[in-house]
Amino acid sequence: MTNTSAHSEHYDAQIPKMGMWLFIFTEMLLFGGLFIVYSIYRYIYGDAFHLAAQELNLTIGTINSMILLFSSTTVAIAISSIQRGNKKLSAIFIIITMVLGIAFLVNKYFEWQVKIGHGLYPGSTVLAGFGHGDTLFFGLYFAMTGLHALHMIIGLVIWGYALVFIQTGKTTQDRPAFIENSGLYWHLIDVIWIFLFSLFYLIT
Amino acid sequence: MSESIHETKEPSYLEVKSHKGIWNWLLTTDHKRIGLMYLYAMITFFGVGVILGLMMKLELIAPGKTIMSAQTYNSFFTLHGIIMIFLIVVPGLPAVFGNFFLPILIGAKDVAFPKLNLLSWYVYMLGAVVALSSQFLSGGAPDTGWTFYAPYSFKTSTNMLPAVLGAFILGFSSILTGLNFIVTMHRLRAKGMTWMKMPLFPWALYGTAWIQLLATPIVGITLLMVVAERTLQIGFFDPALGGDPILYQHLFWIYSHPAVYIMILPAMGVVSEILPTFAQKTIFGYKAIVISTIAIAFVGYFVWGHHMFTSGMSGVALYIFSLLTFLVAIPSAIKVFNWIATLYRGSIRLETPFYWAASFIFVFMIGGLSGLVLGSLATDVYVHDTHFVVAHFHYIVFGGVGFAFIGAMHYWFPKMYGRMYDASWANIGWLFFFIGFNFLYMPMFYLGILGMPRRYFDYVDKFHNGNIVSTIGSWVMVFGLVVIVANLIKSARSGPLADDNPWNGKTLEWATSSPPPLENFEIEPVVTEGPYEYK
Repeated sequence: MTNTSAHSEHYDAQIPKMGMWLFIFTEMLLFGGLFIVYSIYRYIYGDAFHLAAQELNLTIGTINSMILLFSSTTVAIAISSIQRGNKKLSAIFIIITMVLGIAFLVNKYFEWQVKIGHGLYPGSTVLAGFGHGDTLFFGLYFAMTGLHALHMIIGLVIWGYALVFIQTGKTTQDRPAFIENSGLYWHLIDVIWIFLFSLFYLIT
Repeated sequence: MSESIHETKEPSYLEVKSHKGIWNWLLTTDHKRIGLMYLYAMITFFGVGVILGLMMKLELIAPGKTIMSAQTYNSFFTLHGIIMIFLIVVPGLPAVFGNFFLPILIGAKDVAFPKLNLLSWYVYMLGAVVALSSQFLSGGAPDTGWTFYAPYSFKTSTNMLPAVLGAFILGFSSILTGLNFIVTMHRLRAKGMTWMKMPLFPWALYGTAWIQLLATPIVGITLLMVVAERTLQIGFFDPALGGDPILYQHLFWIYSHPAVYIMILPAMGVVSEILPTFAQKTIFGYKAIVISTIAIAFVGYFVWGHHMFTSGMSGVALYIFSLLTFLVAIPSAIKVFNWIATLYRGSIRLETPFYWAASFIFVFMIGGLSGLVLGSLATDVYVHDTHFVVAHFHYIVFGGVGFAFIGAMHYWFPKMYGRMYDASWANIGWLFFFIGFNFLYMPMFYLGILGMPRRYFDYVDKFHNGNIVSTIGSWVMVFGLVVIVANLIKSARSGPLADDNPWNGKTLEWATSSPPPLENFEIEPVVTEGPYEYK
């Protein structure tokens, strides 16, 4: 999203920003498809979803939510730092963001592992024994948190690039677009998680 | 329209060589070269799609097995659909003529994200290769139809994954192109070009780009759900696991109906460019066309249910979808009236692009009016899944988009290559194509009303006559197509040099040289008037 017109002499900061916002609309609709499917099956299998949600570990979910919310703060600081020309501080907070992101994924990994250990995964005979509602609940749980985790991994790669770009001087105080856009993307991931957390962990 | 006058000629974009040999194309970020790369890729795929279509028509020339088995026929109509829809008509006009002419029409040097534009081409090619690989891998060619309906798509043992993933990747390319165009139009219009001075092809691309951006991700996630269904056994659409196959149809058409407008809106935009030029007259009702473009893009989101009148839906939903379908016909009709009013008392020049634009109106009206038959509940139940539907959407998708595409090809040919095509061969090609097209698809309306179902390789004797006419029509049409393509290829190499403005057009592409220089204009254009101010 960051390659602005190669031929233009005048740098237009609106171009990368607008491109990123449009991309975010697309991402929201991508997840939107899954949210529609979730709400339809929640409507059909309300009771089963209610019981299945109690299987999820609210503590880990809450910790992960706090990790992500905190990482949004560090992202905001990283953006402000680069806008004020403090490259070093910006890099430090990007690294903190990445550490938080990795912590989230590690938590998620253990959470998945426990679920899979209990046989609560799509295609397992244990889960099939619980009926259609539970099967769909865990199918959606793995699909949606999995897609979210995939986005987090992409986000981490993008932050890696941001660090390189700060180092090489491609991203500077005058052209902070890459870090601003990476921040927008990271915030999007956070917002989606807030909805996932509410839909899977909190509504029981 | 603009004041740009050039004294010394800059080298054209085809003469500028920044890399060695083929890399001039493969590494270019010039929107014009990228447009041509799309064009060549699409012509190749189109050739494959046409051959598949011809073979299907040949199979149907007589009842019973003629040249292929039922399973082969299934995979042929599936691949024909995948190629024609996902590789050609959905990306077609925006990727080829949008890329080439959008920046020029708005007086810009390039699109907003030139590198992303090149990336979109590579993503497109990757998607095409993945989708087509489904034909050659060991599991057998997909046989579900291009719609990948559940439960076929998760039950079939054929190569569903590459086909579905290919369509997903192609959607990604489409999204990136749409994103690029929206930002380009917002930020890079020439000085003085307000929104209401923007030509109508860019306006059509603007409406299209929003649909690409907001509808494509829905089908993307839906196709990923099919992948998850097949690989991870998540039962989104499988009733045995609690899912609902009708839900697949809803999600699929939430994208794929707006996708019809991704196809047809740019075609309407092309016609809105061609007609004023060849009538030498201001377009009638510029604002009405702009508003109807946006209205089609918007209302088009809410009509998907009309593909599913017989699938099982509540009565209320049926009525609402039917009503909305009728509503979306209104802005389309507004455009047709505007085009015809543009021609009224114009100084019409009978050139090849005009023939294509005029015949576009003819076939589009047949396609559009037959669409109303399908939009009404009672008649739809009668002709649903018959050849009537096949005829209808070929009149829109092939008649509409195809005619506009070939028309645009002739209209902008002198600008793209700096050479003129041979007009008499072009007209002969058009005549055969137009006649063949109608002989090919008109009988299908009749066959559909008689009750011939679609997607069958065999039929009872009473459908024989209509099918013979249709098959012969396909030969005539393809003969015309061969003439057209051969003429264009020959003319691109050795046609007479073209003027900068052979049609006396008023939009900005005619203000620069043929072919344009790398950055499109030698002097940045300044716009003072609307796009079609003929005096």
